[in-house]
Amino acid sequence: MSRLSAANETLAREIISRYPRPKSALIPLLHLAQEQDGYVAADAMEQLAELVGVAPAEVLGTCTFYEMFKREPVGKYVLNICTNLSCQLNGGEELLHHAEQALGVRPGDVTDDGLFTVEDVECIAACTEAPCMQVNYRYEYRLTTSDFDELINDIRTGNRSDLPEHGTLGLVRQHIPADRLAGNESPEEAGTPSWFASRQPAPEDSGKA
Amino acid sequence: MVATNAYVPHAAGYVDNDGPKIVTSRFLHEDSYTLVRALATGGYDGLKDALRRSPAEVAGEVKNAVLLGRGGAGFPAGIKWGFMPPVWPRYLVVNGDESEPGTYKDRLLMERDPHQLIEGCVITCYALGLNQCFLYVRGEMALAQERIAQALNDAYAAGYVGKNILGTDVSIDVVLHWGAGAYIVGEETALIESLEGNPGRPRLKPPFFPAAKGLYLKPTIVNNVETLANLPWLMVNGADKFRSYGSEKSPGTRMLAISGHVNRPGVYEVEQGVVTFRDLFYGEQFCQGIRDGNALKAFVPGGGSAPWFFEDQLDLPIEASEVGSQGSMLGSGAIMVMDETTDIVKACLRLVRFYARESCGKCTPCREGTAWEEKVLQRISDGHGRPEDLDLLLEIGQSISPGDYPVASFISEDLDPVPFPPKQTTICPLGPSSVAPITSAVRRFRSEFEALIPKSELISATAPTVGPDAVEQLEVSK
Amino acid sequence: MTATESTEAATGVPFFLNGKSLTANKGELLIDACERNGVHIPRFCYHERMTPVGMCRMCLVEVDTGRGPALQPSCMLPVTPEMKVQTENEVTQRAQSGVLELFLINHPLDCPVCDKGGECPLQDNAYSYGPGESRFVEEKRHYEKPIPISDLVNLDRERCILCDRCTRFSKEVAGDPLIHFMGRGSETQVNTFPDHPFSSYFSGNTVQICPVGALTASPYRFKARPWDLTATESTAVIDGTGARIALQSSQDELVRVLGVDSEAINWGWLSDKERFGYESANSSSRLTEPLVKTGSGQTSDIGFAPIRWNNALARTAAALGANPERVGVIGGARLSVEAQYAWSKLLSKVALISNVDADLGDGIPADLALGLPRASIAETVAPGSVVVLMAGDPKEELPTLFLRLRHAAVEDGVSIVEITPRRTSLTKHAALSLHPRPGALGSVTEAMANGSFSGTVGGVEGSDLQAAAELLGSDRPVTVILGRANLAESSDFLRDAVQSILTIAPNAKFLPALRRGNLMGAFEMGLAPGFGMGGVPTEGGCSTEQILRAVVGGQIETLLLLGADPLSDFPDRALAAQAFDQVTNLIALDTFLSSSSTLADIVLPAAGFGEVDGSFLNIEGRLSPIQAKVTSKGQSRDDWLIAVGVAASLGADLGFSTLEELRIDLSANVASFSQVDWINLGRGDDGPLLDSTRDWSPEFGERKAVPAVDGYGLALVVDHKLWDLGTLVQNSATLAGLPEKAGLALSRSDFEKLATEEGERVTIETERASANLVVTIDDSCPRGTAHIPFRLPGFDVGELISVSSPVTTIRVAR
Repeated sequence: MSRLSAANETLAREIISRYPRPKSALIPLLHLAQEQDGYVAADAMEQLAELVGVAPAEVLGTCTFYEMFKREPVGKYVLNICTNLSCQLNGGEELLHHAEQALGVRPGDVTDDGLFTVEDVECIAACTEAPCMQVNYRYEYRLTTSDFDELINDIRTGNRSDLPEHGTLGLVRQHIPADRLAGNESPEEAGTPSWFASRQPAPEDSGKA
Repeated sequence: MVATNAYVPHAAGYVDNDGPKIVTSRFLHEDSYTLVRALATGGYDGLKDALRRSPAEVAGEVKNAVLLGRGGAGFPAGIKWGFMPPVWPRYLVVNGDESEPGTYKDRLLMERDPHQLIEGCVITCYALGLNQCFLYVRGEMALAQERIAQALNDAYAAGYVGKNILGTDVSIDVVLHWGAGAYIVGEETALIESLEGNPGRPRLKPPFFPAAKGLYLKPTIVNNVETLANLPWLMVNGADKFRSYGSEKSPGTRMLAISGHVNRPGVYEVEQGVVTFRDLFYGEQFCQGIRDGNALKAFVPGGGSAPWFFEDQLDLPIEASEVGSQGSMLGSGAIMVMDETTDIVKACLRLVRFYARESCGKCTPCREGTAWEEKVLQRISDGHGRPEDLDLLLEIGQSISPGDYPVASFISEDLDPVPFPPKQTTICPLGPSSVAPITSAVRRFRSEFEALIPKSELISATAPTVGPDAVEQLEVSK
Repeated sequence: MTATESTEAATGVPFFLNGKSLTANKGELLIDACERNGVHIPRFCYHERMTPVGMCRMCLVEVDTGRGPALQPSCMLPVTPEMKVQTENEVTQRAQSGVLELFLINHPLDCPVCDKGGECPLQDNAYSYGPGESRFVEEKRHYEKPIPISDLVNLDRERCILCDRCTRFSKEVAGDPLIHFMGRGSETQVNTFPDHPFSSYFSGNTVQICPVGALTASPYRFKARPWDLTATESTAVIDGTGARIALQSSQDELVRVLGVDSEAINWGWLSDKERFGYESANSSSRLTEPLVKTGSGQTSDIGFAPIRWNNALARTAAALGANPERVGVIGGARLSVEAQYAWSKLLSKVALISNVDADLGDGIPADLALGLPRASIAETVAPGSVVVLMAGDPKEELPTLFLRLRHAAVEDGVSIVEITPRRTSLTKHAALSLHPRPGALGSVTEAMANGSFSGTVGGVEGSDLQAAAELLGSDRPVTVILGRANLAESSDFLRDAVQSILTIAPNAKFLPALRRGNLMGAFEMGLAPGFGMGGVPTEGGCSTEQILRAVVGGQIETLLLLGADPLSDFPDRALAAQAFDQVTNLIALDTFLSSSSTLADIVLPAAGFGEVDGSFLNIEGRLSPIQAKVTSKGQSRDDWLIAVGVAASLGADLGFSTLEELRIDLSANVASFSQVDWINLGRGDDGPLLDSTRDWSPEFGERKAVPAVDGYGLALVVDHKLWDLGTLVQNSATLAGLPEKAGLALSRSDFEKLATEEGERVTIETERASANLVVTIDDSCPRGTAHIPFRLPGFDVGELISVSSPVTTIRVAR
């Protein structure tokens, strides 16, 4: 239930500044809100609506379309177990059932200790390493049920500090120093790059749309 | 147990072979993703090369190379670029939203060699005369995002991207953008919608051909990650050298992910049109046979959306037009192999369920039809099928994809192939894709479905009849 | 242009429809071209007034453009030369029936209790194009049955077929994107953001365009079945736009109003006030019999007793006939043109009363409304033109006109130049937004005309003045929307501004922003001081303000109210109250007991909305019919018949005893009406635009001095909200609760000087009165101004306004 912190709001404005239209930043900003709180809070969505200049309902429309955005708190570690064909052929569904039993939850639910949410997900592009799983979007390959148990144990005993808590995606962010930025104009104002004309004969109708 | 070769964890899935390497040349270096390694191995030479030429010459080189798009549709990149009207601003959007079932290649290219991709982006921007590129990376790929973010930060600092690239007047930004989990965003118009901050629901073509009316309704080229990863090599080595690999219609190499029931699943860079499916599944350089020496039951040649192939198609080359005329597609280079032990009904249900879950909901036939298909298949799988359900499934398919659906030949039954692509009542191919596993599986393995359907006299006792219908829940005047 | 293109433009685009050779207009969508040629293609998402999205897939037809036949959505496909279209072949039929089957699998079978049942496109298309029976045996999708998404609209997500009409309307047409698709795939649903209801002024349109019963309107739910309804076309009389409507009744009660697609006026859209205001006509508070005041005359002791019509008419006649100079008549905008004519004739020809004003001092002077070159709505919004907004926020005052203006600015390249005391709903679409300080409108426009662009004038930057002057002085057509943006500011400044604008743009036309019903008709019929019928200037006559002053001064002792409520609507509350306190005879012709008519000696009950036949003259001067749909309540009578009755009591004959005779008389006596074809009025068209050219022009006279700025005070801006304490809103059960509470809004910088919190109460003071109001920050207020809306619950801002001051300045303290 929180708006972005001052630091995150600054970051949000930096992200917005990279796009020709502010609304284009909406998905990265929803990730930012989720990184802050572990889920996307309603207050944050209202703030994002202000930041990118749309109605809150439009932000919610985008937020609810994409699976990664959670609008309720989830486990600190979200376990995405793939059951699509390549993984199904190699035991993905059995792994999912094992995870459900081992943790005592159904897909989408949070364990009582708030640590884990299990999800039955679609193909996560590690098909040759089936069955596979992501923990907060970090991969585990060719996972046996005992591998799974060991991993859970490692997390519970604090041996997986390499895994950030749910919400954090890339630990590295793009940052374009002001003096390195080529430029960003609205689609209404932007025209042909100056270098283009000088490097080849301009097409007949060049110029703004 | 699956036989595995030793693979270095950082390159999980990639398997080297003796063929030419156009996009995976750095993959075996442990630090392949760093700027240091890139520069030590010819990184950004292609960009330097491009900047010495005019944009038109660069575009011409790509056109001459016949670089087919590697995202799924296989359209020549050079020709696609030529569709852009002389209108500015224009944008490049790079499709890194890899999520077609069975597909695993773009993630490797992004994680293992982000500089190669960035270089490809900048070359493309230069050729098209534009200065903003959006690199749309699938949300679930945290490592790819980190690697690209780091690579971009380094490349900006070193002057390969951004203002005055390599000291020239050329200025081009590459912006890393994250997705958030929606398969449909891999469709180019949906990708554009998503990049505008909207739900990723596809736009109708026409009038919204991205090359003319794309991002912000401005001319936009959407290219796949692997497609652009070819450009640095192409700039340095030229179109003629590029075309010396692969077949005439499909030059160069492709990255193929072969998964499922093979002894050595992996991602291989292979020459197009040269290698056959049989080579891939049984060859020593490749997958080394079906697991446990089992017989092949079926395989998906180009991602979950591709109609299935069988033993009869094993000797087809990895070549788009050959595969297309035989009733399927090479798609995104995702090959999934099913051996004789495979439960076909479950496999079919699983793929159909994927489309039902991933339908964006815009077009009625897909939104309602895929969900209905899933429910019927689930019921059959649970043992509550009715004899008419198989025809019903095909009929629902007709409402999403009318007419003869693409399907492989069935030589022993004397059935001819129906060539790709399918017709559609929808805006995009997602809905029609759900018909692929149904048509393929029901035509070939009808008896396996029928085996799950209770005998007709038992139906009334076992099958659920009409669910709790709304009639019982009529709203009442207050 | 190529040879083919020029041929197409001249002769249209040849195409083949089911084998028949036909012609489409250039750029015409296939679905429209087929419809025009008598072939209906079923559709759900397509709506002629919105951007096609091609997502329901119902309108798929087989099309061959030379590359082989393929199914295409006809709603997104412009016809191209030699296109071959099959709308009835097997492929098309199979596709359409397949789509319908899929629509129905999750649609509930509650048609028998659905408001839409019987007029439902899904039902109709299912019968015509559907498969007959469903093969769906699974469980249907379930949602909580209707959820209120606003005070007026309920959403049943089970019935929703996700056609994007309501969501598109709210974003694209209304600009209120409060509802949106949520979720994905078969779980997609329309919904609002939590705690942000769909409180759009235009929400009712979504109910009308919903192709199923997913959206229902609270006032109509379960009121009637479509087959019990009878309908007639009429005109919305709530504001001066005159939107075209269909009035529907069941068992002699109005139950629904629908928008009619009039190309000239409302494009099928209505505001919720126009749509749901009919509720007031059914109110139990309606006046049903003539009344006479009883009691001692003390306010606390006032009561009414019914009297017979003859008696009421005789008393009215006696009061009006005694001494015409000592009679004032206020109102008339609620009346039909015919009733206005009858009353005007009675007053001017029989009773010889000249102190008549239909404006309540809250609009613009009659000479400006009548005498400036008039623009039609179509001219105003014509692509590429310039619109100068010098009026109150059109969204609040003339909401359907607002939709046309918004569309013009967003889609058609119309440049809006706003010269208003504060930001309006059009600001974000405006090319320029100038906000002169109250009192500075004349000097700001004068600076524009004189080219004095240095520094700031009246709070407006010189660069903005220059940009505005350049836009107005360009060769693009200019229309000025002229209204009263601030009730706490004299309308004299408006006169000065008009003069200056005509200097910059001599060919500018004007669209009077008259928010009160048929005020244009009243002016045209001579219910205005200084004007006779047909806008002919006459001698003498007091305005409402002058009448009230004359009552206070003892020169006028009898007041006749023609459906007016000056005690609530006249901006200066103290003056109105004093006048009503002192008046000797007060006669009110009304449909309800208002603050004013409650004080009347005689109350004459008038037939109301939906109960009378007549006509309406909108702000552009377009005459359209008003039709009776139900019988009038109790003994209430048509307004014109009451005039005839009063005349008879005075021993006079107005010359007509039927509406037909009245119209003949009217056409004979008012030149602009001489050509009106009364019998066919509004049948199959939008009604005629009457000639509004005059042989006179408004006089501008001396320019008004700019009032001095009180550095310690804030200039008060008072304007209207759509939902207020007006009679219509308050007597419509569903609308009565919608007005928000009165509050004070300040710019951020003025607010910060108060060192208080938002939502806290502050004290405001003028020379006249003081009050306590909740304060909020409002970025639409320029620095130095304070905004309080008119006629809202909690505070009557009229108490602060003095019509003798050109502007009202308030002091605010914590």
